[in-house]
Amino acid sequence: MDRDRVETVSLRWLRRLVIAVFLLVTVFPFYYMLVLSVRPIERLLLDPGSLVVGLGELTVTTYAEVLKATEDGGQGFLTFMRNSGLVAVAATLLTLLVSIPGAYAVSRLRFFGRRQVHFLFLAVYLFPSIVIAIPLFVVFTRAGLRGSLLGLILVYISQTLPVSVYMLKNYFETIPVSLEESAAIDGAGRLGIIRRVSLPLAAPSIMAVALYDFMIAWNEFLFALLFLVDKPNRWTVSLGLAQLTGGVEVPKTVLMAGSVILTLPIVILFFASERLLTEGLTSGAEKG
Amino acid sequence: MTTATPDTGRSPTRERPVPARRRGPVTLRQRESRAGLALVAPTLLVVVAVIGIPIVWTVVLAFQRVRLATLRRTGLFGEFTLANVERVLNTPGFADTLWTTLVYSLGSTAGSILLGLVAALVVRRPFRGRTLVRASMLLPYVAPVVAVTFVWQVMLDPQLGIVNNWGQRFLGWDTPVPFLSQESTALATVIAFEAWRYFPFAFLFLLARLQAVPGELEEAALVDGATPTQRFRHILLPQLLPVIALLGVLRFIMTFNKFDDVYLLTGGAAGTEVVSVRVYEFLTARTDIGAAAAQAVVLAVVLIVFVVVYLRFFGGRRAD
Repeated sequence: MDRDRVETVSLRWLRRLVIAVFLLVTVFPFYYMLVLSVRPIERLLLDPGSLVVGLGELTVTTYAEVLKATEDGGQGFLTFMRNSGLVAVAATLLTLLVSIPGAYAVSRLRFFGRRQVHFLFLAVYLFPSIVIAIPLFVVFTRAGLRGSLLGLILVYISQTLPVSVYMLKNYFETIPVSLEESAAIDGAGRLGIIRRVSLPLAAPSIMAVALYDFMIAWNEFLFALLFLVDKPNRWTVSLGLAQLTGGVEVPKTVLMAGSVILTLPIVILFFASERLLTEGLTSGAEKG
Repeated sequence: MTTATPDTGRSPTRERPVPARRRGPVTLRQRESRAGLALVAPTLLVVVAVIGIPIVWTVVLAFQRVRLATLRRTGLFGEFTLANVERVLNTPGFADTLWTTLVYSLGSTAGSILLGLVAALVVRRPFRGRTLVRASMLLPYVAPVVAVTFVWQVMLDPQLGIVNNWGQRFLGWDTPVPFLSQESTALATVIAFEAWRYFPFAFLFLLARLQAVPGELEEAALVDGATPTQRFRHILLPQLLPVIALLGVLRFIMTFNKFDDVYLLTGGAAGTEVVSVRVYEFLTARTDIGAAAAQAVVLAVVLIVFVVVYLRFFGGRRAD
């Protein structure tokens, strides 16, 4: 056997092995999370190494405890979910409202400072959020916005805006200019062109951007921690879960139930729209 | 979505465009420029208000004596002092923090790119279930940070964790290893977590680039008798290098600023205190806003220096 043959055969097996290892390493923590969340804590203490849940020991009391309101002895995650949902949806919608015209302008219209705008977004995207956090902390404390969901929504818009503009701009650039020109000849104004031609064509991509923004807002932790920590009834799911470890001793199984509640919406959204998202993220990347 | 700024709404293109020769320079081009500015204005406004002004303000705060208690009395342009910067640079542990941040950033960047490269190479060619495998590999990246840090904490827990349980059962460890709370393993564990969580990012970009490599290149090498490893070394790797270099700088910057992951995993204990966690401590626990701002400015300056140096070395090849 020559070198080529040896390499081809061994690499074929190595490849299968590596795929299996990657699959195991990425999926296992999520499986573990799920398993722990439906086991009673006593069983976990007895046998921490077990990875299967017997039908007899299956329990959902962990979920009940996490979801119940604090007055009823629970952790109040239903309220947190409502807060998170509200903040994420509002931030997503507002981001789209602002970024669609912005991205359109950057991709199509020649205006003063267009190149600089591009650079500005990249800089903003990469700038440390902790640096921005300090003055925002100061301003919000002064303006009484600390502890309000409105302030948080505003911050999330600024966090999702650069990526949204960047992604949308790439999509708008793929729409042939001639389509817009023919609409202009038919008498459509600039806004009419955007609404009747560009938006319908970009609809799938706008969906992808919306999902991406929603995920960023739903997952965000630092700003929620800085702005909302004093107001337990305003906590988002991320913050509420993080605070579970800080206070009274909460069983690890309950913690995992909270983690599942936090993760599940994202995982469902992600698998429902995986193709849309992965293509959106890297479109234009192959240009190097 | 129709409620944009009024002057674009009344766009004169709605009527037949009448050439405005007499009034001189109101050309189509100018109209376009005006519409462009109007459409991009809301975006700019938000970015400047929520990000631009705060950045400038942080720099101002870094040179003022501000504490949360005295906040209401401090004006925007109070007395300026170098005390904060001096204090930050002289506080014990600052150099350690910076060093930790650097090790953490470099380790996580290298780890995530390496894993991403391997992952991209193995799922490059179609096979059954490829879409599902690819989607699963992205899970660590899309899942909420709070949830995944908790799972890791529980998995690595000395009493309840499955890693220590199996380690003792199957690998013959004598005692449980407190991965996240002892100095010798904490930083390495945090880096491993970062590599795990962010390899999908590198994976996505590298996979996209790999699929754009023209097939003829590899076929030509195949005809010339190149073995698979030779084809990788001489055909694929050179094609991937620009993306790897770009990923390197992106991941480095993002990790350098990272707060959530370290804060949630260890809280900055056991030799894992990175600069952003320290800034947070100054801001909340000590309510010393001036010192926090000074730390943040130092963080930003160090970061900018690194990026500039990096671009000097590697940036020449990238045209845009």
